[in-house]
Amino acid sequence: MGIVLALEQTLNGIQLGVMLFLMAAGLTLVFGIMNLVNLAHGSFYMVGAFVASTFVVMTGDFIAGVVIAVVITGLVAVAIELGLLRFIYTRTHLDHVMITIGLIFIFDEMTRIIWGVVPVSLPIPKYLSGFVELLPGVRYPTYRLTVLIVGIMVALALYLAISHTRVGMWVRAGASDRPMALALGVNVPKVFSIVFAVGGALAGLAGIMAGPIVAVQVGMGEPVLVLALVVMVIGGVGSFRGAFIAALMVGIVDTFGRVLLPPAIGSMVIFIFMAAVLAWRPTGLFSAHA
Amino acid sequence: MHDPRSIKLPAMPGRFVLDRLPAFIIVGLLALVPPVCLALEDPFFIRVFMRAINLGIAAAALNLILGFGGLVSLMHAAFMGIAGYVVGVLAHHELNGDALNIAGLSIPGTGNLLVSIPLALVVVAVLSLVTGAICVRTKGIYFIMITLAFNQMLYYLAVAAEPYGGQDGLQLLSDLHFGGVPLPAQVGFFYICLAALVVVLVLLDLIVKSRFGMVLIALRQNETRAAALGVNAYPYQLAAFVISGVLAGLGGALFAVGQKFVSPADLAWLRSGDLAIIAVLGGIAMVWGPILGAVVWVMLELVFSAWTIHWLLLIGVFIILVTLFLNEGLAELWKRLIFAIGRRNRG
Repeated sequence: MGIVLALEQTLNGIQLGVMLFLMAAGLTLVFGIMNLVNLAHGSFYMVGAFVASTFVVMTGDFIAGVVIAVVITGLVAVAIELGLLRFIYTRTHLDHVMITIGLIFIFDEMTRIIWGVVPVSLPIPKYLSGFVELLPGVRYPTYRLTVLIVGIMVALALYLAISHTRVGMWVRAGASDRPMALALGVNVPKVFSIVFAVGGALAGLAGIMAGPIVAVQVGMGEPVLVLALVVMVIGGVGSFRGAFIAALMVGIVDTFGRVLLPPAIGSMVIFIFMAAVLAWRPTGLFSAHA
Repeated sequence: MHDPRSIKLPAMPGRFVLDRLPAFIIVGLLALVPPVCLALEDPFFIRVFMRAINLGIAAAALNLILGFGGLVSLMHAAFMGIAGYVVGVLAHHELNGDALNIAGLSIPGTGNLLVSIPLALVVVAVLSLVTGAICVRTKGIYFIMITLAFNQMLYYLAVAAEPYGGQDGLQLLSDLHFGGVPLPAQVGFFYICLAALVVVLVLLDLIVKSRFGMVLIALRQNETRAAALGVNAYPYQLAAFVISGVLAGLGGALFAVGQKFVSPADLAWLRSGDLAIIAVLGGIAMVWGPILGAVVWVMLELVFSAWTIHWLLLIGVFIILVTLFLNEGLAELWKRLIFAIGRRNRG
């Protein structure tokens, strides 16, 4: 493997990692605070991409379309939380699994009803469609680089919000010890609604960013959901920091696995990696409930 | 948390029969399906209920660890699919007249199900032992997630199996037979599946009522207390995981033979979710619950899909409603009935 290819694949790996982090951040905090297993998180990814494809064409402006789509996905998420999930927190994990799988069926079918069965396109604007010369002779797609930078900026903003604001402090308190946070007067349900909305919006953003690279189609969220779950489990459920580190690890391991190994092993390597981590530490690398 | 399973049924004579009566009724009704279908000249429904039987076997197998063991596994579709692939791959090699070369071994292809189905179960036993050894160490959500990840890993393995059709799947074109006796026509195979179902139900019933089963249930109810009584959870839960996987594999092998087809779609993780839903729909507190769930599930698919092309939407709504309002599944209705009868008899 040449140094140029290695650099390119490293960037691809980080880009995938950042995207997985946007997915996993919502998942892990939702589980950490409310003990809720949300398998329908991949649906927000899909909804984001589909809504963006409509609004980018409608407004004729990529950024405006993306912003509208992120907001709409957040609203969809909060509607699901207030309308349904709010009532099942105290149920068993099995019930969570069943209800959120039911939601996947509903989201998939609603998407088919609204947008049809044919994949839709999410065009990249002209100013993002070229290549950037990172080093002499090393060209990298502008769009992918933009995704990487935006992703890192969002992750950084999220980190600052969680570690340096009052709401962020409530989120951390809720995630590490909910009964104690409640006893100390934190309005955990309200905090949770905020987290769920932001988590859904971030998943939507991840879907939008992936939209021009992969096909925008029904079921696009499921493979990513599984990778995000792997990230959450490796990082330690409920741990924000763990999710970030695990996301980068998974992104890089997955990207290099697919390039270096034969395809059968390449697509499995990430799961073997997870099994190895869990065999060593059954609650992940940075468990929030340690 | 209140556990509805802890409600005590009134003691009364005939509990043994009464608890199992629905199982006899379901199996009896299923046995009537082929003659009725043939009389109505509509063999389509034989296929539909064969599917219900095989899904029911897998869901009942899953329920050993789900309902009785309290372990929510999302990898049982993979056990089904891998068993199906073992049967399919061996048949494929027989058709090609070559051998399967793996790990230095050269295995001749065969369409003899008396060889390929047991071999499929051995493969699934090894697979479930290896994956279970890691999964069972984890608890709660980690167990759900790690089984889901293993399911997805095996799914990608099936997708990457290009010699066996890759994404498109593998048709079982070879002449399948039982040690020389050709595979019977649809009706005959229906009864073979039904016989397998009865064997699985009896086996599960014996396991659940055995000391092993009692320990498994105790571990679900309170692992700490069981540990205080000197029970080491790991070997029990691992053994249950393997038994459950192997029996699901039996359902999967019959499923593949019944459809004459196996594909990666059979291993999708949402399929594992379907199995869990089938079990819960029927009722996870009873050994026969998942069979009832499977029968109702295929009938729902039929009714909804005849009604609208967007039937998955209805399935989704239905799953949510059942989970919200019928927590103990359809078996709960049976339990309430016995309860009412018992109270009337005493009062």
